[in-house]
Amino acid sequence: MFDKIFSPEVISEAVEILKNEFLFATWETIYVTVLATLFAIILGLPLGILLVVGEKDGVLPLPKWLMHALGVFVNLLRSVPFLILMIMVFPLTRLIVGTAVGTTASIVPLVIAAFPFVARLAESSLREINPNIIEAAQSMGASPFQIIIKVMIPESVPSLISNATIAITTILGYSAMSGIIGGGGLGKIAINYGYYRYKYLVMLAAVVLLIALVQVFQSVGTRLATKSDKRLKNRA
Amino acid sequence: MIEIKNLSKAFQTDGGMVEALKNVNLTIQDGDIYGIIGMSGAGKSTLVRCINMLERPTEGNVLIDGRDIGALSQKELRGIRRNVTMIFQGFNLLMQRTCLKNICFPLELSGVKKAEAKKRAMELLETVGLPDKANAYPAQLSGGQQQRIAIARALATNPKVLLCDEATSALDPNTTHSILELIQKINRELGITVIIITHQMSVVEEVCNKVAILDDGVVVEEGAVSEIFANPKSTAAKKLVYPDGEEPLAVSGTAGKSLRLVFNGSDAAGSPMIARMAMEEQIEANILAASTKTIGGKVFGSMLLSVSGGEEQWKKAITYIRNVPDVTVEEVGTDV
Repeated sequence: MFDKIFSPEVISEAVEILKNEFLFATWETIYVTVLATLFAIILGLPLGILLVVGEKDGVLPLPKWLMHALGVFVNLLRSVPFLILMIMVFPLTRLIVGTAVGTTASIVPLVIAAFPFVARLAESSLREINPNIIEAAQSMGASPFQIIIKVMIPESVPSLISNATIAITTILGYSAMSGIIGGGGLGKIAINYGYYRYKYLVMLAAVVLLIALVQVFQSVGTRLATKSDKRLKNRA
Repeated sequence: MIEIKNLSKAFQTDGGMVEALKNVNLTIQDGDIYGIIGMSGAGKSTLVRCINMLERPTEGNVLIDGRDIGALSQKELRGIRRNVTMIFQGFNLLMQRTCLKNICFPLELSGVKKAEAKKRAMELLETVGLPDKANAYPAQLSGGQQQRIAIARALATNPKVLLCDEATSALDPNTTHSILELIQKINRELGITVIIITHQMSVVEEVCNKVAILDDGVVVEEGAVSEIFANPKSTAAKKLVYPDGEEPLAVSGTAGKSLRLVFNGSDAAGSPMIARMAMEEQIEANILAASTKTIGGKVFGSMLLSVSGGEEQWKKAITYIRNVPDVTVEEVGTDV
């Protein structure tokens, strides 16, 4: 099997495909991942904040039924498998993007799948804050909104960055799946060449590139998170 | 002036209702350094949180300069909280902000312009003795330094009252002393009323002029520190004044009567008085037991004396001691 995969013809053919398609596919993957993560954060972060501040002992207690509804909503979206979700949201995608297939269209299901996940990640980041610091802010006359903007978010920045890194790498993995509905990128290459045309070497290359991207995102994210954390001593 | 009237606070817990405070009445005058002392779980932290309504009392009122702050709207209450600020056992600084920005924080909340806030913060860094730490982060500071920054932060809005919730409990004795000195300086120079919550009698001794002793949610004793120290009445007060047990005055093996001297903040230390008595009146007195403390240069506590030389000397001694200011004397049997 291996001599078949690594025969000179196969290699030269793969190199040809790499030359023609990989640069653009990598760009597409980054474009989809970054945009989807951005929108997922825009929707998910406020939701995550609500999940924390709206609790009974939170800084902005919300009605119990509302908190319950939010919780169910988040769990519901998170429990739909991504493959099914992509197809389920076709009408919405058409409404927003104008078409349900293609690279840009794949951003819509990605955001819908990712923002409840981001909300949960944000929730866990915000829960790490020392409640005494929030009490101190209250004792200084901070309003609930000021506590959210000036205490909770800035104090949890390092953790939020770490969790955003987890989000972006997960969304990167999901984006590879969207090749099925015509979403472009490395995932599409892997499926089209590797799965449909048995060009394993091309598939392997696509996977290696995906791994490399995850590595890059992760190490940049970790570095940013560490650098931003002023709790670590000797890092003025 | 802060008046706490018939204040009660009950909490709903898994084990039922817990009464943290029961009908507390206290009056704190402007300029006081008022200590509220009690063992863990006595309700002191709850009490101090009722003063700025971080905890809502179940019953009763808190009046600050005659205004019932329990009746204020959230917005008005935030205004009050700029006047009644707080420091904590755990310092509670914003860890992702520099010291300067931490001090600016309460000013930011009340909409003070950035440049102005920064100027005020720099002054306060000077006041608390850390002018070189403006751009340091709290994690780079020691506990004592963090508490100084917290004090500067609490002073930023020019408050009238400073609440200290176990502010020195996480610090070593030397640092505690220096923080207490700073608090005393703030009280004296800025005229800020200070309320100190603590479980350490030494803290009350060192800085407070008045004290309330809280035991199981009840104020068991209240008054000038000197009075409570000289003559603790309640069990809780005795436990705090004599942590090693009951008054160590009972002595055995002496015949006849003895004199019990109570020092209520007298200037003279015990021994010079007795030495003078021996020199001036030729009275030989023997110290059987003594338990005195020097607080702010004054002596508090009690002492048991025996006097030799018969009835005449005995009477002379009583007359002599009665003429010493701030000392009271009584005759007691040896079994006391």
